[in-house]
Amino acid sequence: MGFFLETLFGGLMAGMLYSLVALGFVLIFKASGVFNFAQGAMVLFAALAMARFAEWIPLWLGLDNALIANVLAFIVAGVIMFVVAWLIERLVLRHLVNQEGATLLMATLGITYFMEGLGQTLFGSDIYQINIGMPKDPIFLFESMFEGGVLVNKEDVIAAAIAAALVVVLSLFFQKTATGRALRAVADDHQAAQSIGIPLNRIWVIVWCVAGVVALVSGMIWGSKLGVQFSLTTVALRALPVIILGGLTSVPGAIIGGLIIGVGEKLSEVYVGPYVGGGIEIWFAYVLALVFLLFRPQGLFGEKIIDRV
Amino acid sequence: MLYRENGQFKTSYRADQQIFPILQDRVAIALLVAFAVLGVPMLADDYIFRAILIPFVIMSLAALGVNILVGYCGQISLGSGAFMAVGAYGAYNFFVRVPDMPLIPALLLGGLCATCFGILFGLPSLRVKGLYLAVATLAAQFFSDWMFLRIKWLTNDSSSGSVSVNELQVFGLPIESALSKYWFCLGVLVVMAVLAKNLVRGAIGREWMAIRDMDVAAAVIGIRPMYAKLSAFAVSSFIVGVAGGLWAFVYLGSWEPAAFSVEISFRLLFMVIIGGLGSIMGAFFGAAFIVVMPIALNQFLPALMGLFGIEISTAGVSHAELMIFGGLIVWFLIVEPHGLAKLWSIGKQKLRLWPFPH
Repeated sequence: MGFFLETLFGGLMAGMLYSLVALGFVLIFKASGVFNFAQGAMVLFAALAMARFAEWIPLWLGLDNALIANVLAFIVAGVIMFVVAWLIERLVLRHLVNQEGATLLMATLGITYFMEGLGQTLFGSDIYQINIGMPKDPIFLFESMFEGGVLVNKEDVIAAAIAAALVVVLSLFFQKTATGRALRAVADDHQAAQSIGIPLNRIWVIVWCVAGVVALVSGMIWGSKLGVQFSLTTVALRALPVIILGGLTSVPGAIIGGLIIGVGEKLSEVYVGPYVGGGIEIWFAYVLALVFLLFRPQGLFGEKIIDRV
Repeated sequence: MLYRENGQFKTSYRADQQIFPILQDRVAIALLVAFAVLGVPMLADDYIFRAILIPFVIMSLAALGVNILVGYCGQISLGSGAFMAVGAYGAYNFFVRVPDMPLIPALLLGGLCATCFGILFGLPSLRVKGLYLAVATLAAQFFSDWMFLRIKWLTNDSSSGSVSVNELQVFGLPIESALSKYWFCLGVLVVMAVLAKNLVRGAIGREWMAIRDMDVAAAVIGIRPMYAKLSAFAVSSFIVGVAGGLWAFVYLGSWEPAAFSVEISFRLLFMVIIGGLGSIMGAFFGAAFIVVMPIALNQFLPALMGLFGIEISTAGVSHAELMIFGGLIVWFLIVEPHGLAKLWSIGKQKLRLWPFPH
C-alpha cells in the first residue's frame, strides 16, 4: 500500500509538470488555433537562457548572491521570451492567418528547428544546471499510517506547488482582467472579436508571451530537475497526450489530463512494465489518451465538435 | 509556343482519360524517365549516388505514400516513421527467417506488415480528425520505437534492435554497387508512382478526396467514411512500408530502431507540405528539397562563412543548419502555402499562353 501511494504521488507530481507544458499548448491553441509544436523548443530556449544568464550575471556584475542572480536571470529570460513571442507573431503568424491547420503546424515545426539551432548557437550546447535552491532531500509522509511511510521528493512537491500557483494566476488573469476577457473572446471567434474592436495582432503577441512565460517556468522546473539539455525538447512530445486527453481548448483539461497521464504512466511502468520489458511509459500515455478519445473525441473537457455541411 | 494542347483532339474516352492527355507531357515524362534511368548514371559519381540520389528516390516513394494519406485523404499523420520501421523490420524478418527468400517478395511482405499496422493505428481516424488525429498517430511512432527496441523476437534477438542485411540480389543480379541500388530503387519508385497515380484518379481516389474536402458531406452522398479512411491508411502505409524496407535494406544496410524516429515522420510531412498536398508531382519536389538541402547546407556553409572570414565549428555548422532549415521552411510556407507543385502548375499555365500575357 505504501509503495502504491508512493508511485501514485510520484505520478501526480510528474503529471503536474506535464500539465505545465500542456498549458502552453492549450493557451496558444485556444487563442489562435495554432497547434504550437514549438512549445518544447521554447521550453529549451527559455531554460537555456535562464541557466546561462544565471551563470553570466554574477560574472558581469560581480554579484555573489545566488538569489538575486537567479531573479535577474529569470527577468532577462522573460524579456527574451517576450521578444521571441513578438518576433514569431510579427514574422510568421501574421503572414499565415487563415491557412490550414496542417500548414500552421508545419510552420511551428519550422520555428522549432530554428529555435533549437538559435538557442544552442547563442547559449551553447552542453548540459547546464539551473540551481534555484530547490531542496533535493526526500521527506516521508504518513509515517504513522504505514510502516516506513511514503517517500516523496521535496523538490517535486515544490515544483507541483509552483505549477499549481501558475495555474491559479493564469485562471485569474483569464477570468478577471480585461485582457483576459479579450483573450477569451478571440478564442471563441476571431472575426466576431475583431469586429468589436479587439486588436487581434496584439492579443496574439500577448498569448505567445504568456505561453513563453509558461515555457520559462516549466523550463526552469524541468531544467533544475533534469539539467538543461537538448532532450528537454522531448518534454513537449510527452505532454501531447495530456492535451488530447484533456481537450485542446481547455485549461482545466490540461491540468486534469496531466494528472491522469502522470499517474497512468507511473502505475503502468511499475505494475505492467516488468511483464513486457519495461520502458512503456511513453507510448502508454498515448494509448491511454487514444482510449479516452474513442469515447470522447473532443477530449475530456474540450468543446463539443459539431460538424456542419 | 511549344507547350499547347491545340489540335490534339480526343476521339475516344480512353484517350481522354489517360494520365497525360497532352502529347508534350507524355514526351517530357518519357524523356525524364529515360534521363533518370540512362542519363543520370553517366553524370553522377559514387558519392552523389549514395548521398543524394538513392535517399532522394526512396524518400520520394515514402513521401508519395504519405501524400496519399495526408494530401488526398486529408488525414494528418505523424506516424509515417513507424510505418517505415514496420516495413523495414517486417521485410527483415521475412528475409532472415524464411530460407531463400527473394528480396522483392520480402519487401512487399514488409509492406503488407506495415499495412496491417497502419490500419490498426488508423482506427482512431474514424472517431477523431485534424490535429487530434495527428497526435493520435504519434502513438504509432512511440509504440514502434518501443516495440523494436524491447521485443527481441522482432529483431532476431539482436541487442538494441540493430540488425543488418547483406548479399542482396534480384533475379540473381547482385544489388551491391551504387548504380544497381539506384536502378533498383528507381524501378520500384516508377512502378509505385504509376500505381498511386492510377489509384488517385480512380473511384477510390475520388472517395478519398471527397472525404478530405468534407467528410460529413461525403458520407451523405454515400461514401463510406470507414472504408475510405482505412483504405487510405492501408495504401499509404503499404507504400511507406516498402519505402522503409528500401531505406533499411538498400540505403542503410544495417540499422537500428532510431533510424526511424519521429524526426523521419516530421521530415516526411515537410516533404508533403512543401512539395504540395494532393499532388504526386509534389512528393518528388518535396523529397528533393528536404533531402538535398541539408547536404547542400553542410557542404556550402563553411565555405560561405570562410568568404566572410568567419571560422565556424562543426557544432556551429549543425546549429546553423537547423536554423536555416527551419527558417526556409517557414519562409516557404509563407510565400507558397500550396507547395512547389503549385508553382509548377502556375509555370505550366504561363507556358501555355507564352508569349502572350493573357
